[in-house]
Amino acid sequence: MIKSELAKTIYKSETDWGQVQKQITLSWADAARISYRNVIMRLGRALITGAGIVLGIAFLVSVWTAKVAQEGIQAYEAQSATAVTGEAAELAPGAEEAELERRAQEARQTWLVVMSLLVSAVGITNSMLMSVTERFREIGTMKCLGALDNFIVKMFLIESAVLGMLGSLIGALLGHGVMLLVFVVKNSSVVALMDWGQMLSYIGFALIIGTVLSLMAAIPPAMRAARMPPAAALATEV
Amino acid sequence: MAKIRCPECGHVEETTGLLTVCPNCKADLRGVMEELGHRRERLREVARDDSVTTHEFIVRTKDLHKVYQMGEVEVPALKGVDLNIRRGEYLSIMGPSGSGKSTLFNMVGGLDKPTKGTCFIEEVDMAQLDAFELAWLRCRKIGYIFQTFNLIPVMTAIENVTLPMIFAGMSSDEMMERGAMLLDLVGLGDRLHHKPYELSGGQQQRVAVARSLANNPAIILADEPTGNLDLQTGKEIIDLLKELNEESGVTIISATHDLKMIDVSDRVVHIRDGQVERIENRADLDLEVGSMGAE
Ligand SMILES: Nc1ncnc2c1ncn2[C@@H]1O[C@H](COP(=O)(O)OP(=O)(O)O)[C@@H](O)[C@H]1O
Ligand SMILES: [Mg+2]
Repeated sequence: MIKSELAKTIYKSETDWGQVQKQITLSWADAARISYRNVIMRLGRALITGAGIVLGIAFLVSVWTAKVAQEGIQAYEAQSATAVTGEAAELAPGAEEAELERRAQEARQTWLVVMSLLVSAVGITNSMLMSVTERFREIGTMKCLGALDNFIVKMFLIESAVLGMLGSLIGALLGHGVMLLVFVVKNSSVVALMDWGQMLSYIGFALIIGTVLSLMAAIPPAMRAARMPPAAALATEV
Repeated sequence: MAKIRCPECGHVEETTGLLTVCPNCKADLRGVMEELGHRRERLREVARDDSVTTHEFIVRTKDLHKVYQMGEVEVPALKGVDLNIRRGEYLSIMGPSGSGKSTLFNMVGGLDKPTKGTCFIEEVDMAQLDAFELAWLRCRKIGYIFQTFNLIPVMTAIENVTLPMIFAGMSSDEMMERGAMLLDLVGLGDRLHHKPYELSGGQQQRVAVARSLANNPAIILADEPTGNLDLQTGKEIIDLLKELNEESGVTIISATHDLKMIDVSDRVVHIRDGQVERIENRADLDLEVGSMGAE
């Protein structure tokens, strides 16, 4: 019968069944396979966790998009003003007020960026934290079944990195797209006036922030759960 | 002894495997008996205790103490438990809620550390094992069954059953084959790709039983395996465990306050307030010679 052969092959590697041996360490590939399955099968949950990241990053990127667009328009207007008067901008009447107005706007924008950074930090941390703590029981179960601590950590490292990157990417595109649309409606030539190099670096920066925040939120609780005795992880109520 | 059901008239009969016709309707039972033979053969394979060193006691606890710290308050859950568990026996740990059954389960299973005292598995002191050895022990030597099933909710039945095999480093094909075989063995051959929420409580616990057998354990530890099941389903799980114990000789240690468990146990350890109150032998219960500490 198949089963007896199966049983034999399983035993083959265990020459001394009586001796306690060391558990094998699973590769990153194994961890990635299980993580992938986890994310795919938990898609609903992943989408909710991801939504926290998407919204936070979308807010941040929309603020930065507005900043770049506005600066582009202002630079253009300043240029045309200079062109019209043919003089240096500072000599134009009302230049002092314009300067004050520009400073006030800069302060507003800094405030918005700081706020949006905070919002994304809180949103991402919260959703990642939730997604780890609700799985303490699962972590305990996996340890009962023979998972090593570092496997648990690897799994969460991969999951939170993937979730953080994808969420940030979607959020960045969303925030950028929506804000750009708002500006295009107001002033159709804004696309030509924007500093795209700066815009891209802001988007890149937002992706890094989103991913790093996800990792920072997920890894410490995952490590804590992985190091707990399985009984404690199993008994944790969420 | 095993129960068989006549496919013709539904008559249920206890038999050792020598029945050829149904005593009720005289239908031919050879096919059914052959099935039973196969099943027994498979049961024998799935949890074979292949220890090279065959100590009489597979688990031994010595003066086991556990104190939980709840803020300022110390809660003593175990107060010096000495227990010798024989290889191949079906041992039930009985006691009221809060008496320390789960705590004992956790110590014996290497899921928590005692405050004082020692726990030996095959004479190996568990406190001496490092994290890798402990994980190996949990993976290979012990199968766990919980009151709340503790299946991974996003994984299908077969994925749950094969998870311990992944941790043991088994190849993918081997894993799927063995997983399917185990699920078939517990009567879920047609539910391989169902998620836990698509299964009834009894079926989920069967998946957990199959999972506990993933890597040929020498010991199955069950913490109130029937606690969340209705009477009939609970009985089925107990019968399944008993069948496993009888055919494969796997040691079963089960915490319970389910009196149905007494019937199948070789010994019953009564604990109260974290101490062993008394130990009953099956032989004392019904004078059945030779069934005590079978194998
Ligand atoms: N993690 C824990 N923290 C604090 N006290 C605990 C913990 N686990 C169990 N206890 C206490 O230890 C005692 C024994 O509990 P337990 O082993 O769960 O009993 P049983 O499984 O027999 O119902 C109880 O008084 C319980 O309140
Ligand atoms: Mg309990």
